[in-house]
Amino acid sequence: MSGPALIRGYEVVIGLETHAQLSTASKIFSGASTAFGAAPNTQACAVDLALPGTLPVMNRGAVERAICFGLAVGAKVAPQSIFARKNYFYPDLPKGYQISQYETPVVQGGSLEIVVGTARKTVHLTRAHLEEDAGKSLHEDYHGQTGIDLNRAGTPLLEIVTEPDMRSSAEAVEYAKGLHTLVVWLGICDGNMQEGSFRCDANVSVRRPGAPFGTRREIKNLNSFRFMQQAIDFEVQWQIDRLEDGLKIDQATVLFDPDSGETRAMRSKEDAQDYRYFPDPDLPPLVISAEWIERIGRAMPELPGAMAARFERNDGLPAYDATMMAQSPAFARYYEAAREACKQPKLVANWLMGEVSKRLNADGRTIDASPVKPAMLGALISRIADGTVSNNGARQVFELLWSRGGGDVDAVIEAGGLKQMNDSGALETIVAEVIAANPKSVEEYRAGKDKAFNALVGQVMKASKGKANPAQASELLKRKLT
Amino acid sequence: MTGELHEMGAAALGRAIAARDVSSVEVVTHLLGRIDAQRGLGAFLHVASDAAVGQASEVDARRAKGEILGPLAGVPIAHKDIFVTADMPSTAGSKMLAGYASPFDATVVARLAAAGTVTLGKLNCDEFAMGSANENSAFGPVRNPWDPSRVPGGSSGGSAAAVAARLLPAATGTDTGGSIRQPASFSGITGIKPTYGVCSRWGMVAFASSLDQAGPLARSAEDCALLLSAMSGFDERDSTSAERAPQDFHAQMLAPREGANASRPLQGLRIGLPREFFPAALAVEVNTALRAALGEFERLGATLVDVSLPRTELSIPVYYIIAPAEASSNLARFDGVKFGHRAASFADLADMYAKTRAEGFGAEVKRRIMIGTYVLSHGYYDAYYLQAQKLRRMIADDFQQCFEQCDMIAGPVAPSVAWKLGAQDKDPVAAYLADIFTLPASLAGLPGMSIPAGFGEGGMPVGLQLIGNYFAEGALLHAAHAFQQATDFHLRSPEAAR
Repeated sequence: MSGPALIRGYEVVIGLETHAQLSTASKIFSGASTAFGAAPNTQACAVDLALPGTLPVMNRGAVERAICFGLAVGAKVAPQSIFARKNYFYPDLPKGYQISQYETPVVQGGSLEIVVGTARKTVHLTRAHLEEDAGKSLHEDYHGQTGIDLNRAGTPLLEIVTEPDMRSSAEAVEYAKGLHTLVVWLGICDGNMQEGSFRCDANVSVRRPGAPFGTRREIKNLNSFRFMQQAIDFEVQWQIDRLEDGLKIDQATVLFDPDSGETRAMRSKEDAQDYRYFPDPDLPPLVISAEWIERIGRAMPELPGAMAARFERNDGLPAYDATMMAQSPAFARYYEAAREACKQPKLVANWLMGEVSKRLNADGRTIDASPVKPAMLGALISRIADGTVSNNGARQVFELLWSRGGGDVDAVIEAGGLKQMNDSGALETIVAEVIAANPKSVEEYRAGKDKAFNALVGQVMKASKGKANPAQASELLKRKLT
Repeated sequence: MTGELHEMGAAALGRAIAARDVSSVEVVTHLLGRIDAQRGLGAFLHVASDAAVGQASEVDARRAKGEILGPLAGVPIAHKDIFVTADMPSTAGSKMLAGYASPFDATVVARLAAAGTVTLGKLNCDEFAMGSANENSAFGPVRNPWDPSRVPGGSSGGSAAAVAARLLPAATGTDTGGSIRQPASFSGITGIKPTYGVCSRWGMVAFASSLDQAGPLARSAEDCALLLSAMSGFDERDSTSAERAPQDFHAQMLAPREGANASRPLQGLRIGLPREFFPAALAVEVNTALRAALGEFERLGATLVDVSLPRTELSIPVYYIIAPAEASSNLARFDGVKFGHRAASFADLADMYAKTRAEGFGAEVKRRIMIGTYVLSHGYYDAYYLQAQKLRRMIADDFQQCFEQCDMIAGPVAPSVAWKLGAQDKDPVAAYLADIFTLPASLAGLPGMSIPAGFGEGGMPVGLQLIGNYFAEGALLHAAHAFQQATDFHLRSPEAAR
């Protein structure tokens, strides 16, 4: 096994902490709604406001989502875990403490497989724990004062912490994408990064190969994969610059500024608060029975990793294609239905990654909303496979189907006159005409220029209005010119 | 019969109102007059006269229509101001919450209202229930009706004084380290702190969450049984609430013991006397009164057994680490941001916090927040908080060993009778030390009660403490009731109350 790629002679070490907002309808310790975007403080009940006399009650839905995640990453789901209080004063923290799991988290260990380029890698998880989110401080529009919106206070989070296993920004991004796919796949998080439902902190350090871990700096609140890559890349160069200048790295929390593309220190270790963690006496230990775990395990869908492996094994897809087909349950459902319709897995994968994704992105649609249904795509691919249409023709059919909101593939081919010219008599006539009309190219080809031959094939395709089968056309041309 | 109304307990009043010998409105009106006349006691922080008369006439009207109502219907009570209430201010005895209006009722408040009780108001208490003399209220001290120069005990001092002064037949209280039992003892009334988890903590302003328990203060075990039945029970809004069927403590109190008879109702009951509960430092007259009371228990059929709770003294440092630790965190929400007091002017956020809390909290509350913050701090947590938790478990284990030799434990509630106002101003630790006999049961989460058992120095009441095993409230009430059937300490009232 080859070692990791070095940057200016340094090895990069990255660990990620991800906050995934769990998709429960109500908050982790209260009955208030978790819906995003409501008017400030309209979704904060007495418990969220920390009114005197209120008490937290664990939302079982949040626990079930944590169990589901634990099973999906092959972790130990703790039969008993403890909620602690993390004490600090801040206006958007109504109780003056955050309820979070500290010493004994609900999910312990586990791992996630990622594919970076063609290489596979296992990222080990340290833990995943349940906690509540804080509210928001609104600094604009209050004439020098700060507004507090407690709608988000008490929203359930699963904080997923990795070991320092990643060795490049690319690996970190692939892990984050893989984790994002997984939590959305499991239905435990909506994955909406703009709304903050999935946000990452990256712990970054550099070292000479073989040296002990360097001092890390933590980049907070990365809410896009692109920013994550930029932030880590900048941070790595910054740290190496410092070390090369003979300076040392101080442990710190930093923020990434997307406008400047730079990271900048927010607080140093000296400012670190003493959170005075202690077990929350309002919440008994979270007890999870083996039966509960089993029940959730039985209801779990096939996981993206397992599904991708199946696509590789049974359908013969390359690893990358298989991972792409398993990017979401909807995507995988589409792929499998289209594959069943035509029995051409590789062609289906090509079309889904190519034409279909292109059109979906252009229209801002999800695959569920594709006007070309899996059966139609399957039928179209069958027509490519049996030579009825060329790839070119198929693209035109696809366009027509898309813009018309669907239709019968054969009827569209017929009506559009897009059938490939498989009649060798007609093709022979065209080939003869092209040879006659392009003496210069013919001469060059005979002189050994391959380019000239391609030009001739192009002319045949043009003359046939794209209906000629290119393979057949080349063969005929070659025969006539020899 | 108005002259005797205030001498009647909750059970007796309930029966009289049910029999329509007297109306709830008559009782309430009579007691409101007494409350007004005794304002000097400082027992009430809020009197809800109009609302109370309204509630009473509603009960009377339902009764007139022939509705069958429970044993407490129409009986007036009041709540320690540590319970939040939607229709009355909720201050927790603190300037921090002066004028605070809760949008909801505590579960205990709602359940007693559902039982038909009439709420006369809110009762004074030590600020955030921290104290054992009721001298830590931001709204002034409460005086002991037996001797106004003395304290009524605390932190449920307003509850105890109001019941002792016959302003009310019964009141709610809370007990974290003795705050029901000790004022009951100092004021010559009966109070019970049930097993942790029996009463919901929803709507109780939290002091120390793992210790806080609600309970009644009343004239007799029978009254306490009725109140406790109504106020207890599982509540899904409190995750530490005990999940079990509703209890009829009155029926449990009346159920005869096997092998007992009318003259020896406690036949076969083994009462353990922990050696450590009768130290040399125990006031002589307290010891004398308790020994006499224990003799009465023997005459009623009980046998006294020598037992040991070897970590009794340790319960003081253990409690004064755990309770302040939890308090320091529970009271963090009083920051001036969302509700309660906020400093009028400040330079920045940190200054707002500092000024708000410096102005809003009293000295004892600040002291406990500082102790609690200290013992949870990095580097001290293991030595203090964790160590205290270990000892807490050992203290609970000690009780279980005792309960192999006896059915319940008896001892003093406090080392002395009620002291003079201001006597412990200069020395908070002296007051902490006086909690020694109530803290062990609190730390173990066991039920404990205080019953009037005699009188000591200055004619002040002496209470006897009974401690039972988990969920043994019925057995405690049974023993207390038997004692009260044979004695009249609980019927004596201070001169000022007559």
